Amino acid sequence: MSAALQRRDVVKALLKDRGDILVVAGLGSSAWDCTAAGDHPLTFPLWGAMGSACMIGLGLALAQPKRRVLVVTGDGEMLMGLGSLATIGVQRSGNLAVVVLDNERYGETGMQKTHTAYGVDLAATARACGFVKARVIRKGTEVASMRSDVHHGRGPLFFQVKVRPDSPPLALPPRAGAHLSHRFREALLGRSAATE
Amino acid sequence: MQRKTARARAGAPPGWPDAIHRALTEHRVRQISYVPDAGHKRLIELCHADKSMAVVPLTTEEEGIGLAAGAWLGGERAALLMQSSGVGNCVNTLTLAANCKFPLLMLITMRGEKGELNPWQIPMGRATPETLRLGGVRVFRLDRAADAYARLGAAARLAFDGCAAAAVTISQRLIGIKSFKEPR
Repeated sequence: MSAALQRRDVVKALLKDRGDILVVAGLGSSAWDCTAAGDHPLTFPLWGAMGSACMIGLGLALAQPKRRVLVVTGDGEMLMGLGSLATIGVQRSGNLAVVVLDNERYGETGMQKTHTAYGVDLAATARACGFVKARVIRKGTEVASMRSDVHHGRGPLFFQVKVRPDSPPLALPPRAGAHLSHRFREALLGRSAATE
Repeated sequence: MQRKTARARAGAPPGWPDAIHRALTEHRVRQISYVPDAGHKRLIELCHADKSMAVVPLTTEEEGIGLAAGAWLGGERAALLMQSSGVGNCVNTLTLAANCKFPLLMLITMRGEKGELNPWQIPMGRATPETLRLGGVRVFRLDRAADAYARLGAAARLAFDGCAAAAVTISQRLIGIKSFKEPR
């Protein structure tokens, strides 16, 4: 595999001038990447519940149809919630984008190969589930158009970004789930969210 | 000749799914997700017919916990419908509700109780209440149709006002026994 892209560069590019986009980050390296790009109250990083990132994104996208919602997750996390691609395909949420940072490894547990290392094609799966665009991104020159789609294109969108299987320095988001959910709701819904 | 529905076959009173739907509406539940069960047939139909609700069929039950979390982050309330066998699929994902203090409202039709004809439904049916409790979910048992509205209301208040996880388990006595005879 000759993946040239660096995961941190990709996520930084996606979240630069992020506007009012809402972000869900899958557990592990994807959450660290989003934190390295700048911890933000409207980023919801997961520390567990593996396989749930896309579904959290869908619930958010349905609740906030006027906002863009981006799920950033890894190939292992995506594989655990593969059925959620079918569920999203049924809803056809126009404001939802999923970016899978595919290093073909379980990065947090010893770099064991995931199914994508053996050729399982996540983008083809997403396409078959009804995502309006589902692409594999391999080159730096493709990142800008992916970013544009994520922020402006009609969804559901799916990008499987082939990245190097390296381990950039840890960049940990806050750990307490209640804090993460309260700060997200307050930033999105205002102070009244706490008393809703 | 009128084709019998699952509910008519089971001989259950017609009103309790309607009462649950009314309670969901009054508690401003806007996202309904489900893996179907014959016991939820009428409620699923009511939700699909309700334009104020986004209805999300799932491939597996734990997806609905993620959906409820996302709905809450976005300012909406969700409820998750399943049969008791699906509770086992939810165990790890319940950490979302426990850690993040999300409201989680589950409506669970029970299998594996008195009169069950499918032995494969029995182990998870028996384990369902304890599994929920161990996962941090408060269980409200519903045995009588007349209690449906009040029981749902109590669970919804605990979930949405208390930011807690609550499940209403709907007894097999109420939903009836699956007979495994045509017509379905």
